[in-house]
Amino acid sequence: MAKAKETVSRTLIVAAVLSVVFSVVVSTAAVMLRPAQIKNQNLDIKTNILAAAGMLQQGASAAEIEEAFGRFDVRLLDLDSGDYVEPSAVGVEDPMKYDMYKAASDPAMSESIPSGEDRAGIKRRPNIAKIYTLSENGELKRVVLPVHGYGLWSTLYGFVSLEGDANTIEGLGFYAHAETPGLGGEVDNPRWKQQWVGKEVYGEQGEPQIRLIKGGVDANAEGREHKVDALSGATLTSRGVENLVNYWMGDRGYAPFLNKLRQGEV
Amino acid sequence: MSDVTAKQVLFEPIFSNNPIGLQILGICSALAVTTSLNVTIVMCLSVIAVTAFSNLAVSLVRTQIPGSIRIIVQMTIIASLVIVVDQILKAYAYEISKQLSVFVGLIITNCIVMGRAEGFAMKNGPWLSFLDGIGNGLGYSVMLLFVAFFRELLGAGSLFGVTLLPTVNEGGWYIPNGLLLLPPSAFFIIGLAIWGLRVWKPEQVEEPDYKMSRHKTKEAF
Repeated sequence: MAKAKETVSRTLIVAAVLSVVFSVVVSTAAVMLRPAQIKNQNLDIKTNILAAAGMLQQGASAAEIEEAFGRFDVRLLDLDSGDYVEPSAVGVEDPMKYDMYKAASDPAMSESIPSGEDRAGIKRRPNIAKIYTLSENGELKRVVLPVHGYGLWSTLYGFVSLEGDANTIEGLGFYAHAETPGLGGEVDNPRWKQQWVGKEVYGEQGEPQIRLIKGGVDANAEGREHKVDALSGATLTSRGVENLVNYWMGDRGYAPFLNKLRQGEV
Repeated sequence: MSDVTAKQVLFEPIFSNNPIGLQILGICSALAVTTSLNVTIVMCLSVIAVTAFSNLAVSLVRTQIPGSIRIIVQMTIIASLVIVVDQILKAYAYEISKQLSVFVGLIITNCIVMGRAEGFAMKNGPWLSFLDGIGNGLGYSVMLLFVAFFRELLGAGSLFGVTLLPTVNEGGWYIPNGLLLLPPSAFFIIGLAIWGLRVWKPEQVEEPDYKMSRHKTKEAF
């Protein structure tokens, strides 16, 4: 027995059988659990959108989240022109099915960002973005814009929510990142996120002016309506957040759309 | 190996032969996932499940495994089980799986799992191996919960997410100890726990490698 199992053929057979058996186990688990995982991920994204818009109640159930999210319209947006486009332009029926981050890696649906302008460190940008708007009685109240960019270790993915004036920040939140826990990871800290509420993105010249200030923002500082405390001990994450917000609010991001919005053209 | 009983196999790893306390295995995840008790409990359950079932599986096929590829076979079994656990967490405990992030995947490299598969399951029957897996998982869990209790209570002022010591930042009086939220603090707590364990069970104290001998010759000053 001891000898028989040490032969080459025996070794190969054991290895082959083992591989087959466990690939079946692993793929079964992956396939069977996939619907539940997708449901969780979708719910998670909706939760993040609501959190960025400041509409998430503590401990809201899945049904409540769905209901609150149902008040939003999902719109697809051509970033260069700043106009809405029909979902058929990207080959989907339901705009929710469009994945702008997947599109960013498809040369036909995205463009590469010249390195001088790539403040967010994302290299490519999709042509069409997926945004969420909330209207009441025909008047636009909120617009939630997806943003992403590089921090210290990872790309941060999140949302910025603006009020109907397309300038005042209503909330900001990241749903995926891998920054250092306790330092850069504090981008998730509710108290820090609270500071963003009411800040104004654009200065008088119409340029995005958000700054993260080391050591904290003085209550009388000039331009404090654009300034937020940097995260202590996380200079590079703070710089990344500042850059990505300014990039996405700039001309290569949502600025064309937000300009039109202010002038009531969309 | 008729001298080991099921009871011994199950309960000895908890205090007498704790995988973290005595064998000093599996320290890495003990540092990473012990900032809050909720996360720690899920991690402990995952590790118990993986050690138990990998021990069971390895033990079932132990007579068939050629010696030359036995480590690879064990790794394959362990890695597959870890992927299954990870998938289950993503489906049914999404929030916590997000917080555990890569550390569920890193159970594959947890020395306890591999150590038990190679050290116990390769030589013992399936039932005993299964219990040994649970026992070692429990030993790991006891230590992790001990660490997490202090880290969450003193670092964040709460237990299981319920605030007990309202922190200054939230308008309370407790100034949290930031060190306890950082990984090195787990080293200190584990060190203190090992000290306590060895005071209680002096037989765990290792023989010193050498002894300082007395000065015998008088040297001139």
